[in-house]
Amino acid sequence: MKYVDEFRDSRLIRKAALELQRLSSPDRHYRIMEVCGGHTHAIYRYGLHRLLPENVELIHGPGCPVCVLPMGRVDDGLSIAADPRVILTAFGDMMRVPGERGSALEQRARGADIRMVYSPLDALQLARRNPDREVVFFAIGFETTTPSTALTLMQARREEIPNFSVFCNHIVIVPALLAILDSPDMRVDAFIGPGHVSTVIGCEPYQFIAADFHRPVVVSGFEPLDLMQAMVMALGQLNRGEARVENQYGRVVPWAGNPAALQVMDEVFELREFFEWRGLGSIPHSAMRIRSEFAAWDAERKFEVAGLQVTDPKAAQCGEVLRGVLKPHQCRLFGKECTPEQPMGALMVSAEGACAAHYHYSHRMASR
Amino acid sequence: MCLAIPGRIVLPPSEHFAEVEVSGVRRQINIDLIAHEGAAVGDWVLIHVGFALNKISPEEARKQIELLTLLGEAAEVEREVSGYGFSSGKGNDQA
Amino acid sequence: MPDASRPTFGDLQIEMAHGAGGSASRRLLEGLLVPLLSNPALNALGDSAILDVNGQRLAFTCDSFVVKPLTFPGGSIGRLAVHGTLNDLLVSGALPVALLASFILEAGFPGEALRRHVEALAEAARGAGVPVVGGDTKVVENGKGDGLYITTSGIGIVRPGLRLGPDQVRPGDRVLLSGPFGDHGITILLARGEVDLEADLESDSRPLTPLVSALLEAVPEVRWMRDPTRGGLASALNELSQQSSLAVILEEKALPVRAPVRGACELLGLDPLQIANEGQFLAVVPPQQAELALDALRGAPGGEEAAMIGEIRESPAGLVIAETDYGGSRIVDMLIGDPLPRIC
Repeated sequence: MKYVDEFRDSRLIRKAALELQRLSSPDRHYRIMEVCGGHTHAIYRYGLHRLLPENVELIHGPGCPVCVLPMGRVDDGLSIAADPRVILTAFGDMMRVPGERGSALEQRARGADIRMVYSPLDALQLARRNPDREVVFFAIGFETTTPSTALTLMQARREEIPNFSVFCNHIVIVPALLAILDSPDMRVDAFIGPGHVSTVIGCEPYQFIAADFHRPVVVSGFEPLDLMQAMVMALGQLNRGEARVENQYGRVVPWAGNPAALQVMDEVFELREFFEWRGLGSIPHSAMRIRSEFAAWDAERKFEVAGLQVTDPKAAQCGEVLRGVLKPHQCRLFGKECTPEQPMGALMVSAEGACAAHYHYSHRMASR
Repeated sequence: MCLAIPGRIVLPPSEHFAEVEVSGVRRQINIDLIAHEGAAVGDWVLIHVGFALNKISPEEARKQIELLTLLGEAAEVEREVSGYGFSSGKGNDQA
Repeated sequence: MPDASRPTFGDLQIEMAHGAGGSASRRLLEGLLVPLLSNPALNALGDSAILDVNGQRLAFTCDSFVVKPLTFPGGSIGRLAVHGTLNDLLVSGALPVALLASFILEAGFPGEALRRHVEALAEAARGAGVPVVGGDTKVVENGKGDGLYITTSGIGIVRPGLRLGPDQVRPGDRVLLSGPFGDHGITILLARGEVDLEADLESDSRPLTPLVSALLEAVPEVRWMRDPTRGGLASALNELSQQSSLAVILEEKALPVRAPVRGACELLGLDPLQIANEGQFLAVVPPQQAELALDALRGAPGGEEAAMIGEIRESPAGLVIAETDYGGSRIVDMLIGDPLPRIC
């Protein structure tokens, strides 16, 4: 596979690993946070954490849109499916996330019509093909995915499709980064920036991390070689006492972002005043809401959504893991009451959840 | 959901859609987000949930691999690696 | 059989995951069915039950087919029904003798469609040289079944002198695979039309007779064989590692996957190791005979793409690990949940 295989080249990965060893200064402890859940997954999936020097520590950030969705929002979305007219559609990742009354899959087993889709356009197609049903798309994701939902809503409006709506939970990455940097228990030296979010928003938005918080940010791709190279770049900056934003993923990420994507996001969505994030609390201007011009396609306006505040199980330490304060295996429920089979929280079910990645790929092995 | 995969446009695109191929698998994707860059047969794009997010720059990819191949082989390369930005490409970090 | 990790079944309701061939299926089987039915032949949990009848060892097995859609590139439910049970007998070291076929039909299912499916089943049985000697038919009300479900049972005679089982496996043994994996599951997924992907791919459903024979002729000391259906290689190998209390170490680079299977899995975020197969089998052989075994498979019709994919080690016991050649490694976990329902 082109543009994939070259970046999984064993020889080059070993070279990068050696370089990382060479760069890591023995009298230092480097704490690097990879923000994006996709990066966390890739690191474990390719066993990259085993290639790091002892004194380079990876801290998993909250960039997993399924993980940070509070249980109350999951319940709100699933409650829409209780209406027999509704076909609720969602990405595969959402299907096993636990709500208070069970996950989407469990509710489907009891008769709710909940279907997995690969694209919001598939959900729109379902609406065209089933004019007597109400199709609702449970939208999640950072800015990587928001433009796709925006285009889908624009198409729904263009065709005046009456039986389609979106339950919008799109979130914004920068406020989450700010919350982490402002957090008193946070000690991160450098950031691996989210590669695909940056294809939309570009690299400029991270300047404040370098300028105001004096920490390097290296925007990285997702193949093993990308991540190894990004870490080499981050260590290089740290060794030289620098703090700049660098773009490791230049083959895809434009420094200024994607103007078309930014434009459609702005046309369809506006920022909510506040939004609740699991683990990070309520963050201002951190999530999107559908504009009134698209009200007819906003599931929150179309359906009675309870807007419940549901607290996480008390013993679960999802919040601390999301903020990087605890490693997954340090959560008291990890691997015992909380496993991928009976997850207590989304971090254990999402493909990008730190707990899931650690559990599936790593934790039962002897080291690290 | 950051899952995005490179794919190649294999048929002449229509106004809004293109047929892409990923390792022998084909799918119709929406190209509205890359319309401003132009889309043609043979172009490689990053695919995410049925949409093309951005085009992939073969030149940047090649430069990156070249850089990685030289890793650790000279002190100047070390400087280049840590300070590099793609000055004539998509990314630029001259801050 | 070691049961340090014997699961318990306390699930409130049956989920699709219980039929997926992964950890939920295992919980249902080992946590509910096996303890309640317990007997030595059952407890061994091989692909077939091995029964000693008056000094003759017989292999006895059955399999149900609920695949949707009923017809797909490379096969149909009838073909799967024959090959699935046949292969279970073959990988238990048995020469198949006869099959039974039981049909659960939904009222309203078109007669012409049923004829075509039975014709396909008959042709598969003829092609494999195994007669369908009996069976059953039942009809349920319209809306209470999904067109057609088929269950096949099979019986065979275990080759004398053959000793197969997880208890035979030793550290140092090699793991062989008969050919590329993931074809069946991805073909079914695409055939459902829900993901809007197209690929030149078909189900790998076939009788494994020539391949298993060739292997056993060349290397009668085969330790263990398995056909990885639901849950894929990951499920089959995890069961081996747990039942033998050893480790299965796979070499990422050596795993044979066809390009479209890889492409579909990358696009959808699936792991080919967890995808169902219907025409491949795994074999564990002693290290000194590994090359001979591989040559035998590759020399048999349909075995050209057979590969040596890994080895058995002492530790980490009970786990399946995939190693890259740049020093990375990860656990290959058993399937959780059910990303691809009704695949077999």
